[in-house]
Amino acid sequence: MIFNKSTYKLILASVFALLLSACAQKAAKIDSQIQGDVYTGTDTVEYLADGVPDRVFFATNESVLTTASRDTLRKQAAWLRKNSDINVVLEGHADERGTREYNLALGERRANAAKDYLMTYGISENRISVISYGKERPVDSGSNPLAWSKNRRSVTVKAN
Amino acid sequence: MKKFKFITLIIIGIIFHSNLYALIEVDITRGNLNPLPIAVSSLYSDKETTEAFKKEVKIDKIGEEISLIIENNLRTTGLFNPLEKKAFLQKPDVAHLKPRFEDWSLIKSQALITGKVEFQDEKVRVEFRLWDVLAAKEILALAFTTVPNNWRRIGHIISDKIYERLTGEKGYFDTRIIYVSEEGPKTKRVKKLAIMDQDGFNTKYLTLGNELVLTPRFNPTNQMVTYLSYFKNLPRVYLLDIETGIQEVVGDFPGMTFAPRFSPDGKKIIMSFAKDGNSDIYTMNLENRIVERITNHPSIDTSPSYSPNGKFITFNSDRSGYQQIYVMKSDGSKVKRISFGNGLYGTPVWSPRGDLIAFTKLHKGKFYIGVMRTDGTGERLLTENYYQEAPSWSPNGRVLIFYRETKSNSDGEGFSAKLWSIDLTGYNERQVITETDASDPSWSSLLSN
Repeated sequence: MIFNKSTYKLILASVFALLLSACAQKAAKIDSQIQGDVYTGTDTVEYLADGVPDRVFFATNESVLTTASRDTLRKQAAWLRKNSDINVVLEGHADERGTREYNLALGERRANAAKDYLMTYGISENRISVISYGKERPVDSGSNPLAWSKNRRSVTVKAN
Repeated sequence: MKKFKFITLIIIGIIFHSNLYALIEVDITRGNLNPLPIAVSSLYSDKETTEAFKKEVKIDKIGEEISLIIENNLRTTGLFNPLEKKAFLQKPDVAHLKPRFEDWSLIKSQALITGKVEFQDEKVRVEFRLWDVLAAKEILALAFTTVPNNWRRIGHIISDKIYERLTGEKGYFDTRIIYVSEEGPKTKRVKKLAIMDQDGFNTKYLTLGNELVLTPRFNPTNQMVTYLSYFKNLPRVYLLDIETGIQEVVGDFPGMTFAPRFSPDGKKIIMSFAKDGNSDIYTMNLENRIVERITNHPSIDTSPSYSPNGKFITFNSDRSGYQQIYVMKSDGSKVKRISFGNGLYGTPVWSPRGDLIAFTKLHKGKFYIGVMRTDGTGERLLTENYYQEAPSWSPNGRVLIFYRETKSNSDGEGFSAKLWSIDLTGYNERQVITETDASDPSWSSLLSN
């Protein structure tokens, strides 16, 4: 049988796709609380008010807000609009699998991603301050992918 | 904090000096395959001196103690093999006067160190001699005078002189390490600044642990330290004088400053400033307080480190999408990426010799400490582990100290953070013992020069 180059590439690509989906399924079985490297569970989440979760989670090395994170932040914004006397601190964190200094910057970038989103939903910049803890304040002390996913977070904390 | 005040050591006289007999030589580029057998005789002290030391500094056998410091320093280089004292046939005082070289060569010693300690007018005078056993010649002799409390430093200075004489390179024993002492569970870790002699003795804690402190670094020209403190929950770069204990915030930045280091002349601090999700590199001149922005890029730019001539800066940036190492001119121009291997690269730090950059590399879930040339070629990974980072160079550029963390189980048990050192050759990896868990080590320059 003779393949031309593009057929060969196509076959390779589909083999890859199969492999990838097999990996993804395996990961999903190991832990249903992580999707696409982002924590989706609730064990460490606290609530600013009824139905208003205090934190959002990130993928490794990322500061992009997921659909779920944006949903959480819209709830926070709505709550902050109703409680205009409350200011917040956004605490950005990273997992332990990175160099300390880069993680400080990454935590700051994550907290600012959350801040920017709150601001687009009408929360004034002067009600929000930001602090990064890098990898210094994990919420889960395990050394495993689930623990790390819980630690990659930005937490909204009442400042007053 | 008066206890950190240094008493200058004065070399009061070179008894005999000779460069004529370059007989024993230790090749430090080769690794520790064949450590040189060396006999470190106890230093001789007469009865009066021994008694005075017992009284003044509570040390019983001062001559033996100093010889043990030297032995330990030489052993940890991996280049020397100090021989068992039990096998020595000659008494310290006799050997110091005139060694019977046959006795020392009988126990396969190639070099011999002898010495004498004397207590005179509230001061201690120490002299030592280095002998080439096979050539039956004295090759180095020096004497020092200092205050009794400084007795450990004498051991370190003698070690430096011997190392320099036998390897042709400056030593690194009369130095200190500043680091972060760690205690408590991972989720509520208490961190303090700590400082110790290079061999782990004389540990002092410089902060109380009330606020988070990170990444202390020595000024290469004096006893100032720069570090990150979360004092009042505002992460800022601080400057600390370890002699007076006085500290101050560096600059007036409206946000987090971090990743500080001194310029080689000690006159500037270079660091990152994070604002609106973007970290860039800045310097502040400590004399006129002028702040300069060095990078201006929407990516994370951090972990800056100057070349020893001050003309270049290496730093860590994710402008390519992931953490990589870059080099630029010290004014921020001519930015060039130098790391191109597989994986992520961080914490670049320029060697004091100028020719290499040490780094941390993360690849396939493992962390490596490595070195590359300043143009990025010749990458060599020295050690692989579950987690390790933040190398710091010994002042002679021969050894790297870094920290290593162990994996914890889901309850957080099994976690530890320890200091380790490794030679540039990739040989001689060893743990540096600290009183508590430890991280973020920074090696000082030689204290006496």
